[in-house]
Amino acid sequence: MISNKIDTVLFELREGLIIAWQAIRANKVRSFLTMLGIIIGISSVVLMTTAIKGIDASFQKGISALGTDVLYIDKWAWFTNEEWWKMRNRRKITMDDYHKFAEMAQLPLATAPVTNAARKVRYGDNVIENVILNGSSSDYVKTTNFTFDEGRFYNEIESKGSRYVAVVGSEVAKKLFTHGSGLDKYIKIGGVEFRVCGILTEQGSFILGSFNPDNQVFIPIGTIFKHFLNEEWGTITINVRAKNPSMIADTKAEAEGIMRKVRGLKFHQEDDFSVNQQEGLMSNYNTVVGVIQIAGLFITGLSLFVGAIGIMNIMFVSVKERTKEIGVRKAIGAKKRTILSQFLLESSVICLLGGLVGLLIAVIASLLLDKFFPTSIQISAVIIAMSVALITGIIAGLAPAYTAAKLDPVEALRYE
Amino acid sequence: MNIINIEHIAKVYQVGDVEVHALQDVSLRIDQNEYVAIMGPSGSGKSTLMNMLGCLDTPSYGKYEFKDKNVSLMSDNELAGIRNKEIGFVFQTFNLLPRSDALHNVELPLIYAGIDKQERKERARQALINVGLEDRIHHKPNELSGGQRQRVAIARALVSNPAIILADEPTGNLDSKTGEEIMLLCHEIHKKGNTIILVTHEEDIAKHAARIVRLKDGRIEKDELVPNRYIPSVKNSTINFG
Repeated sequence: MISNKIDTVLFELREGLIIAWQAIRANKVRSFLTMLGIIIGISSVVLMTTAIKGIDASFQKGISALGTDVLYIDKWAWFTNEEWWKMRNRRKITMDDYHKFAEMAQLPLATAPVTNAARKVRYGDNVIENVILNGSSSDYVKTTNFTFDEGRFYNEIESKGSRYVAVVGSEVAKKLFTHGSGLDKYIKIGGVEFRVCGILTEQGSFILGSFNPDNQVFIPIGTIFKHFLNEEWGTITINVRAKNPSMIADTKAEAEGIMRKVRGLKFHQEDDFSVNQQEGLMSNYNTVVGVIQIAGLFITGLSLFVGAIGIMNIMFVSVKERTKEIGVRKAIGAKKRTILSQFLLESSVICLLGGLVGLLIAVIASLLLDKFFPTSIQISAVIIAMSVALITGIIAGLAPAYTAAKLDPVEALRYE
Repeated sequence: MNIINIEHIAKVYQVGDVEVHALQDVSLRIDQNEYVAIMGPSGSGKSTLMNMLGCLDTPSYGKYEFKDKNVSLMSDNELAGIRNKEIGFVFQTFNLLPRSDALHNVELPLIYAGIDKQERKERARQALINVGLEDRIHHKPNELSGGQRQRVAIARALVSNPAIILADEPTGNLDSKTGEEIMLLCHEIHKKGNTIILVTHEEDIAKHAARIVRLKDGRIEKDELVPNRYIPSVKNSTINFG
């Protein structure tokens, strides 16, 4: 005989599990159909969190490559509620503005004018359409955290002389130079021949939207104006890098002051330029991801909810169907608690099995998704998924199990 | 020794606005090792009395003492405990769990009693051997004949060594020859010292008992010893009751 209370609980749990397992096995098809809801629910919850984590990780990687201590003086404000037409009417930022600004600014580590276009790049038979073509000065590299697989950024002489030299991103290099090194090879950008003087290290290929930092080419800004863009029409961006992250606020304040002076603004006039920061991009991104996360959790939560209702439904049917069995069990001494735990265990086991299968599907699916963006299933997601499955099982089983437990044995035995 | 002592019990059901008196002022004493048949036409209250005796239900009025314990005041869980340890049910429709084999069916009361696996298996096996089913231990109910199923049910009723065996029309679903075998088994069980309460509407079956309690309209009409009690002959038996 069992005397200890814990032993009794363990004993009942073990016997209950055996009984539950027998009931599940006896109705294989129905158990599987019941599980299906939970399988779908759990796999979508796990996939969703994994996907969001994956996107987030690659975005963080990409953004840190751009540098968080860089300011971008632009005609447009990147993240703002201001009306776009107001900004459209602003004067463009010219190379002249840049030269004046660079001369006056004391705080920045480096400054560089940037403008860009999209062009076709060709090497031999290999062609890439719509590569982002950036024109900038040799100082541009100092405003980034670029590292090089091969070669270097173009130097001051090449930049000022508007030479035909190009620095290519890792993906561009990979696609163009299928055999051997691309360094010092001649490529054609929009039909104009350039010599490759540097190849960038891969920065991470996935970022929100279509912008891919590895799919870029950099050439001297003078050269881009000569062949691809009209200096009179276009506006440029001035990249300003602070000496360190703690100097960003001061550098920004100085930049705003100098720009007002350069642009000849009176004290009552509004800024006709914007000093942008990655921080804006970050916070904007965080809002987007937040919305995706909430929407995703809501939708996947809904599918779990539907799955739970399915289980509750089946458990009710199962209780009804086994009324006589419950009556017999009660007649030979099953207590209310025993019947309650029998049905709770049954729905929990169904949900846990469903959760396990769902997890397996999520793992396989994430391996497939990994081809598109980096994913990895966190151990926390596994734990959360299984706990959610278990809790779903208990909640869905509660009402049916209670119905079974409080059945009157006399009535139950009479049931046919 | 007195096992069952019922004093002036009544059971009243509320059906809509009407009160139905299923039992009225029933008093009954049953001693250890008695063999009692409860008889009566349908609607006489014998099912209600059986549910009461089996602790499946409690009386609306009156007192029911089981082994000197007042059952009428017990909670559902305490009643479940009494049913588990003190009462062995044998039903007309056998009421075995269809998906479990004979051994597991017989084991079930011992599971609820919290007896560990090894002892339980051994006792269940022995109980099955005692009713002559040693070669049917791992058969499921649908692989057994009616008589064999009832014997599994009897083994289940006996396995926890209860104070009484409560048999509700145990031969009702069996042909007369098989029924006779089951009654012989009851006789053997009684001879070993068990208390048997038999609920039936068949005079022939009731005559196996030593005492017959006749119910009519919810009251005890007659409570008498059987003068010409039918003792089944062991010669007819196919059972080797150990």
